[in-house]
Parts: sequence; structure tokens; C-alpha cells
Amino acid sequence: MEYLPTTRHLLRAKDLADARYAEPLTVSEMARAAGLSRAHFSREFRRAFGEPPHTYLLTRRLERAAALLRNTDWQVLEICLSVGLTSVGSFTSSFKSAYGISPTVYRAAFPPATERAMVPLCVQRIYGRPKHSTFGEDRGSGRG
Amino acid sequence: MKISTAQLWVHDQDEALAFYTEKLGMEVRSDVTVPEFGDFRWLTVSPPGQEDVAIVLMAIPGAPVMDDATAGQVEDLMSKGFAGTVFLTTDDVKASVEELKGRGLEFTQEPQEVPYGIDSAFRDPSGNNLRLTELRGDFG
Repeated sequence: MEYLPTTRHLLRAKDLADARYAEPLTVSEMARAAGLSRAHFSREFRRAFGEPPHTYLLTRRLERAAALLRNTDWQVLEICLSVGLTSVGSFTSSFKSAYGISPTVYRAAFPPATERAMVPLCVQRIYGRPKHSTFGEDRGSGRG
Repeated sequence: MKISTAQLWVHDQDEALAFYTEKLGMEVRSDVTVPEFGDFRWLTVSPPGQEDVAIVLMAIPGAPVMDDATAGQVEDLMSKGFAGTVFLTTDDVKASVEELKGRGLEFTQEPQEVPYGIDSAFRDPSGNNLRLTELRGDFG
């Protein structure tokens, strides 16, 4: 079997966090992906990447949540669930300790998502037209 | 000039969102509903790490944007698989295909050697064709 350095196995776990953060992924599953015991994995991961795997996974989720707060009109609960977290309470407190403000205050600091969404002018022109355009002009046609 | 966003018609935006994110692993780049445009929903997704290019998952509109007959034609073309194709690339198509099959995707073409690499294909729930290709070194 081909020899692979430990860091390659650790990178596999890191890639797993990047790819599957939206699922209920745990550090134990990351350790399994690296083929190491959980305690050994956590130590080695920290040595290789400078932070514990739990922190990496959590900040990956928080970074995605922040992007969704800026660029969507989803509810905070929906965003929390969509990044693989299940408790809105712990999401809010983790977010606050990472960004210094709550998710709702963070969102309010940016322009509304509808303004950031860059809905193109062609869509605005087409979809912005009023639905009913019968102003009576047809009734008069053919007369006079 | 660069490609920023390209549009794909979808039958149902929620269904498409679930497919492109949960099954395919893409990320939401934008999802807003605009009441003043008749609740038009601008929904875009793209792969992780490729934030400057996105696919708009666009619902087929009703009147007055599109008359019923035209909307029916678009729906028809889409469900027949003729409305559009997205070409995706991956470093390891066989591993990607196995992973996607594990998430319930059904492939319409298993990985197959072609002059430019290894090619495979599947469909989204609306019937749109998606190709997943591992490009050979000199094509990548």
C-alpha cells in the first residue's frame, strides 16, 4: 500500500469539512475520514493547521452563514440549519463570539439582500410590468 | 469580458435548490424574493470556491411575463431535456460519480473515455442535462 504522510490524511478530513459542512458532520466523522482516533486526530489537526478541527468546522459554517445573511432573505433559523447546525441558540452565540455581533445585527449592517442580489435590469423591466394593462383603450377600438 | 451568470429554467425552485445544494454540493450565492416584481425570486448557485460564476435557477414565469402557451412550450422543452446543459468538470470523475450516486443521483451516462478525458452525465429534477467531465491534462 502506498505510504501517505499523516498530513495527507488530515487534509482529507479538512476537505470533508469543506464539502459537507451543511450536513450534521462531527469531529468524530472527520477523525474517521483521516483514519485516526479522535484524540490523536484533534492533536494532529491542530499541529498541522493551527486550530482544532472543531474550530475549523465551526468557522467554515459561520463563514457560510455570514454569506447567506448578506446575500439571501432567508430567516436566521433557516440559515442555521442550512450550514449544518441544529440549535439557533448556540449558532447565535457562536456567531457573536466570531463576529462580535449577533446574526441579525450583522445582517442589518449590510444593504438589503435584494439590493445586493444584482437582479438584472432586463428582469426588472420584464417582471416589473403591471399584471393588468386593460385601461379601457381596447373598448374604444373600431369605433369612431 | 467574463462570464458572470448563466440561466437555467427549472420546474420548481425549491426542488432545484435542494438538488443543486444538497445533492450536487453547490452553494447558494443569492436567494431573494422581490415583492414589487410579483414575488420574482432571484436564486443563484455555484460550486464552492467558484464564487464569481453562478447559475440562475429561474422559474418559468406566468403572464404577463410569458403567456401560457409559451410557458407550456418552455416547460415541454425542459422536461424533454432540450432546454439547456451545464458542463461541469472535476479532478476525479469516478470518485465524484460514486459520491453523487451515494447521494441518490442517477447517471444517464456512466464515466466514459473520450478524446478530451472522461465524461459522464446526469439530469436535474427538471430534466436539464448536466455533464461531469474529468478533462485530460492537455485539455484542462
